[in-house]
Amino acid sequence: MIVADRKPVEEIIEYLKDHQNILVLGCNECVTVCEAGGKKEVQVLASALRMNAQKNGNEVKIDELTLERQCDHEYLEEIRDIIDQYDAVVSLACGVGIQFTAEQYPNSMIYPGVNTCFMGATEKRGLWVERCQGCGQCVLATTGSVCPVSRCAKRLFNGPCGGSTSGKCEINPEVECAWQLIVDRLKALNKLDEYEKLSPIKDWSTDRAGGPRKVVREDVQQ
Amino acid sequence: MQYPTNIKIVRVPCTGKVDVIHIMRAIEKGADGVCVIGCLEGECHYNSGNLMAKRRVAQASKILDTIGIGGERAKMYNLSSSEGPRFAQYATEYTEIIKELGPNPLRLAKNKAA
Repeated sequence: MIVADRKPVEEIIEYLKDHQNILVLGCNECVTVCEAGGKKEVQVLASALRMNAQKNGNEVKIDELTLERQCDHEYLEEIRDIIDQYDAVVSLACGVGIQFTAEQYPNSMIYPGVNTCFMGATEKRGLWVERCQGCGQCVLATTGSVCPVSRCAKRLFNGPCGGSTSGKCEINPEVECAWQLIVDRLKALNKLDEYEKLSPIKDWSTDRAGGPRKVVREDVQQ
Repeated sequence: MQYPTNIKIVRVPCTGKVDVIHIMRAIEKGADGVCVIGCLEGECHYNSGNLMAKRRVAQASKILDTIGIGGERAKMYNLSSSEGPRFAQYATEYTEIIKELGPNPLRLAKNKAA
């Protein structure tokens, strides 16, 4: 899933200082799981914004709504009839959802309510970790299902660098060395032969180096 | 045993049930403060309900501080369920804290506007 973190309330208050009719728009998908932009977070943020306005004597209308997804046209259609009532929308979706909402409603001001961080997973509640950078050419088949692109600070493809010490990365003793994890796992799987094979130079054109990317599937297009 | 009469008690099965939004809504609706009183740390019947409440109260307190309502308006105390006198003590102590903070600024702003 896409992992996001809450933006400081004061930053959002600053965005909204000139607006009177505001919709706080949550998303029921990834940001709900990482507790940054789901229904609960929408309620808390809207409540804080209402109290802030009321305390300052400003008459501001702040409504709350959470869509199933903001990265899909069909769910964004649900706000078509009401969006004109608002002069600003704070979207608590990831950067994708915020942009998709803005593209769908070009006349509305859409502000981000979260900082979108990475593609990751919930290690435990309150701890989300990065596991994929969407490089476009998955190498997990040869690395024991441990990703050297997202988990190695140097994105190395043929073993660890000299900074790997006791299984930890030189950038931070709390970061595990991806290549240590790869070797350990290949050993456990009795596939250490895979480690001996040299990886050719990776084609980074499918990564961000090639500019914004798209996936085109004519077989499923309508 | 006596405690101030201006406290409204809301019973919950465990303080782990109390969410940030419950505290926020109470303040938004005009409460001068929200005091969450849970079991002693390490003695939660559900293991970690009171610890979750502690973090949620801290989160609400931080937000209330940010928007200028006052972080002290959300506070947590811990006691054992048999400690009636201590409940009265905390209730009195918290009432004093709130009295010092003054009424909820939202109510003041509302009265000013009216």
